Amino acid sequence: MADLNGLRIADRKHIGLAEMLKGGVIMDVTNAEQAKIAEDAGAAAVMALERVPSDIRRDGGVARMSPVKKIQEIQKAVTIPVMAKARIGHFVEAQILEALAVDYIDESEVLTPADEHFHIDKFAFRIPFVCGCRDLGEALRRIGEGAAMIRTKGEAGSGNIVEAVRHMRAVISGMRRLTTLGPEELMTEAKTLGAPYDLVRWVAKAGKLPVPNFSAGGIATPADAALMMQLGAEAVFVGSGIFKSSDPAKRARAIVQATTHFKDPDVLARVSEDLGDAMVGIETSKLAEKDLLQTRGW
Amino acid sequence: MIRSGRADTMRIGVLALQGDFALHARALEKCGVEAVEVRKPVELDEVDGLIMPGGESTTLLKLIDAWDFVPALEKFNSAGKPIFGTCAGLILLAREVESPKQLSLGLIDVTVVRNAYGRQRESFEASGTAKLGPDPSQLEMVFIRAPRIKRVGPGVQVLAEHGGEPVMARQDRVLVATFHPELTDSTKVHRYFCDLVERSRAGA
Repeated sequence: MADLNGLRIADRKHIGLAEMLKGGVIMDVTNAEQAKIAEDAGAAAVMALERVPSDIRRDGGVARMSPVKKIQEIQKAVTIPVMAKARIGHFVEAQILEALAVDYIDESEVLTPADEHFHIDKFAFRIPFVCGCRDLGEALRRIGEGAAMIRTKGEAGSGNIVEAVRHMRAVISGMRRLTTLGPEELMTEAKTLGAPYDLVRWVAKAGKLPVPNFSAGGIATPADAALMMQLGAEAVFVGSGIFKSSDPAKRARAIVQATTHFKDPDVLARVSEDLGDAMVGIETSKLAEKDLLQTRGW
Repeated sequence: MIRSGRADTMRIGVLALQGDFALHARALEKCGVEAVEVRKPVELDEVDGLIMPGGESTTLLKLIDAWDFVPALEKFNSAGKPIFGTCAGLILLAREVESPKQLSLGLIDVTVVRNAYGRQRESFEASGTAKLGPDPSQLEMVFIRAPRIKRVGPGVQVLAEHGGEPVMARQDRVLVATFHPELTDSTKVHRYFCDLVERSRAGA
């Protein structure tokens, strides 16, 4: 993909699939019926998970990889790529997802982490990984481990865009800052970021990540999707925002249009008409630290 | 150089509804050609050729349908303006599509099977030879959940093969590839398409 001073990153074909998903919407689904609704609405891919984030938040308990049978039903129901979530550090869930031939694994903070110290070695797999981040350092650590796509975390299941905005701005301004530094400053910057030096040097020169950068966690309306795209996201993940709204098919179609025509306020106004009720959101600043999903992973 | 006006500047559109349109635009710019993102049918009037990128063909079909792109694309083709489709773009341009059967524009006489090599686990890279000029050119080919060209009509010229099957083909002013030249550093395929557009502009 690029000259990374010999540092290994994900395979070109895996980064390439993320490139193919750009400008698209990846929708969380829990069963074949929802997957079909998502595909019919124009989703570029679906994400299989056991429960949508807002239900995980409400019901508590341990959130795990989706049941195998559900994933297989979803794979049979649609022709678009099927992604699935594995717990952070749970490399055996990832091995199972590889055996099922899902198209992308999301090593996700939405599920209960399986390892408090280590993320999965993503180079050990023949299928690609997407990982969440809250800032540039976290993004580069995951890319260094082999992630082929990055998504900012936001706060899943909140229906509140504020955390997604915070994280996207942190990544974008972090990259912009790197481009202003001199070569002698980059090692110290790598230390501060906790990120691989060669990746820091590459970003300082390129001004962007070596893999696509999508947005997740809190998108509930077409306007939210377009906001993230205008802030620099290259595609969006929508979780609870679709299937926790009053008219999922219509909202899903509107978010697909908004993600393509994100720079066109007339289109955004038109597709935002008459969508019914959005999911009920949460004031994330009132959430206790222990209830935040974004702080999982490091 | 100061661009003096629309008439003397070649511009190539990249359908930017969904997919890897940004990489195609980058490849065109490396060829010294102005790339224009196309999201609405009216924007086709401003360009001399069009690239339909990889992405998800079902998603692209919904967006094409929602914006009534089909008549505009047919008009573009009948005006003799070249179109280049990669992967999902090829699926949209084909006469016939299988697995599943789905609507397509039918602007090139080939039958295409979607996701014919399998899921992402089966995506692969290969190298092959293409007949893009008097001498054969060596190409890196990245196949991602790629389609296969199962049948090629009589008017279609095969430009590259992999494993004995066509992976790049052309019928008059419609060019297609099952792989992704825009993911590699080489601009040979894009240059070939730019030449096609240049010649159509010159009325050849």
